[in-house]
Amino acid sequence: MYYRDLNGLLRSKVADGATTIRIRNVCGQRYIATNLPNHVDISIDGTPGNDLGAFMDGPRIVVYGNVQDACGNTMSSGEIIVHGRAGDVVGMAMRGGNIFVREDIGYRGAIHMKQYGERKPLLVIGGTAEDFFGEYMAGGTALLLGLTGRAHTARFIGTGMHGGTIYVRGHVDESQLGAEVAIVDVTDTDLREIEQAVISFASHFDLDARDILSGGFIKLLPVTKRPYGRLYTY
Amino acid sequence: MKSYVQPEFEVIRKADRCIKCQVCARQCGWGVHSYDAEDDIMQAQEEKCVGCQRCALFCPTKALVIRSYSGNYRPNANWTDDRIRDLIRQSEAGGVMLTGMGCDKPHTVYWDHLLLNASQVTNPSIDPLREPMELTTFLGGKPDRIDVDEGKLATRLPPQVKIDIPILLSALSYGAVSYQAQEALMRAASELGTLCNTGEGGWPKNLRRYANNTIVQCASGRFGIDREYLELAQIVEIKIGQGAKPGIGGHLPGEKVTEEVSRTRMIPEGTDAISPAPHHDIYSIEDLAQLVYALKEATNYEKPISVKIAAVHNSAAIATGIVKAGADIVAIDGLRGGTGAAPKIIRDNVGIPIELAIAAVDTRLRQEGLRNNCSLIAAGGFRNSGDVVKAIALGADAVYIGTAALMAMGCTLCQKCYTGICNWGICTQDPYLTKRLNPEIGARRVVNLLRGWSLEIKEMLGGLGVNAIESLRGNRLHLRGIGLNEWELEALGVRGAGN
Repeated sequence: MYYRDLNGLLRSKVADGATTIRIRNVCGQRYIATNLPNHVDISIDGTPGNDLGAFMDGPRIVVYGNVQDACGNTMSSGEIIVHGRAGDVVGMAMRGGNIFVREDIGYRGAIHMKQYGERKPLLVIGGTAEDFFGEYMAGGTALLLGLTGRAHTARFIGTGMHGGTIYVRGHVDESQLGAEVAIVDVTDTDLREIEQAVISFASHFDLDARDILSGGFIKLLPVTKRPYGRLYTY
Repeated sequence: MKSYVQPEFEVIRKADRCIKCQVCARQCGWGVHSYDAEDDIMQAQEEKCVGCQRCALFCPTKALVIRSYSGNYRPNANWTDDRIRDLIRQSEAGGVMLTGMGCDKPHTVYWDHLLLNASQVTNPSIDPLREPMELTTFLGGKPDRIDVDEGKLATRLPPQVKIDIPILLSALSYGAVSYQAQEALMRAASELGTLCNTGEGGWPKNLRRYANNTIVQCASGRFGIDREYLELAQIVEIKIGQGAKPGIGGHLPGEKVTEEVSRTRMIPEGTDAISPAPHHDIYSIEDLAQLVYALKEATNYEKPISVKIAAVHNSAAIATGIVKAGADIVAIDGLRGGTGAAPKIIRDNVGIPIELAIAAVDTRLRQEGLRNNCSLIAAGGFRNSGDVVKAIALGADAVYIGTAALMAMGCTLCQKCYTGICNWGICTQDPYLTKRLNPEIGARRVVNLLRGWSLEIKEMLGGLGVNAIESLRGNRLHLRGIGLNEWELEALGVRGAGN
């Protein structure tokens, strides 16, 4: 089915009062749930295409499969749960809501995530990420749990980062970080935040949160809110 | 370190007129003027003066004259005072030289080398004072053909937005400009029946009442975008580039990210608002198509999607890609387009004049049979209605004006927009300065300006013997070049004057 027909059908079903929708045999259709109201609960069997939940404000999506690129692009609120892996630019410029990915993700995840007041996005990755994770990150929280058995090998993590927090379960070397981030100790407040995120993550994928929490976490923070403040001559 | 920078301006205070009322001291956000109570004299720190003329204008006795510094280095055609001053400043601070507004270097302004035609005898001219003259323009793609069934239109048209004059107000983001400035522009757009672009800094909640006259932007920083933002706007514009700084992103300095700005942009207070150079989900025309259609999905295919690029060497090829990517509007911003902040070296050296870009893009789109699939909006330094008419004759559907609208509100092109200080209350977030700009008066000045331009455009159209702006669009036979080389005439697609 062509994506435009699928999304049109979703809109008309929701207009007719549907609140729980199951879509089967999804195969690369883009922009699913981009323009649906907040009370909708969608489950997807298969592999949705790029921009799943782009600009999304409210719906909850559970994907039984992998997702392609730009999942949760510029998303405002809602939840995306992926029982599989995700492609590049997951949660790009996301400013609210939650994304949980059970396995690994591609390049440039959590890029330019931002936050304001109550709106604070959360991105939890069960496995690990490729290069440029958290690039330009301006807010929100991103976790890499390292549960898939792969070491964290991403480079340039948090390049240009100037807000938000990245937690990593396991080890990353200083040489893997962008110049604008530093490794800092995890505080008790951080641990509570991690615990909450991990408990939700574990509940979605039927995992034991205690096992996950027993691994050591490190925290990555931007060195400054103004990485380019000294670049200019006035 | 002692500064070797000479002042740019000098303050002449006529002692016989000055009454020491200190209006100048209160008006100057730069702290140039001060009153010394002990000696009962007014003093001036000339090195701080930016030449904005606010004090001279508000001096009740006209005691002040602000003029260029009369001292000069040894004249040197290569090392002008301006270049020497920049070099010294940079050697003292060691950074990228910033500036504001559009390129002020004397690159050829092709508007000044194009002349319009007028009807004489064979095709009568029309008097716009007595006959209807149509400036209405519809923005959006037009179908290749239409079918009519029993007198009714059977073809479903792509979304169209009607504007009463072919002039739109350019993207000036909240954060760069003040709330008052944005309100004045939106109010003016609604009174004029045209559109105002929010820029990429979000859309303050209180200004959403001007939704019928608003274009919103989706830029690489994705600031302030939410469901309502996309739903209320008439057009959604993907900002790829800007004429003042093609190829680079933007940094709104943390000092300008006040509480209100942070709420509108949806970022924490005091952090730099960084717009990366590229969109991180766009690395190709195919990726651009993906965002165009993401926005069409998000807006139910009910609104035209515009893509704005800077005018660069291969704009024509890029523009065809944009149209093939599904955009309904292509907006092109030329070399002289303004900005709130840009590296001076980029502003003055990167990009091409909008005149050449309009001609190249219009020609290429026609050759590929794509011209009707999009509207073409030109931007970048339109100074008067003559420039607008020539742009439309070259092939634009409408133009964006930014600098001219700011000048209507008081801007005197001091080019210090990047500092956060603006004595006219336009490009600042300091409440002491922003309250100077009354949005109602600001709007009235912009409306007056464009009313004047509209009347002039009608006069020019009448003179050409046409009664609708539609009839002028892309009609380059109405233009002749003067003082241009062969390649320039060819690039513009016009004949030389007298030919």
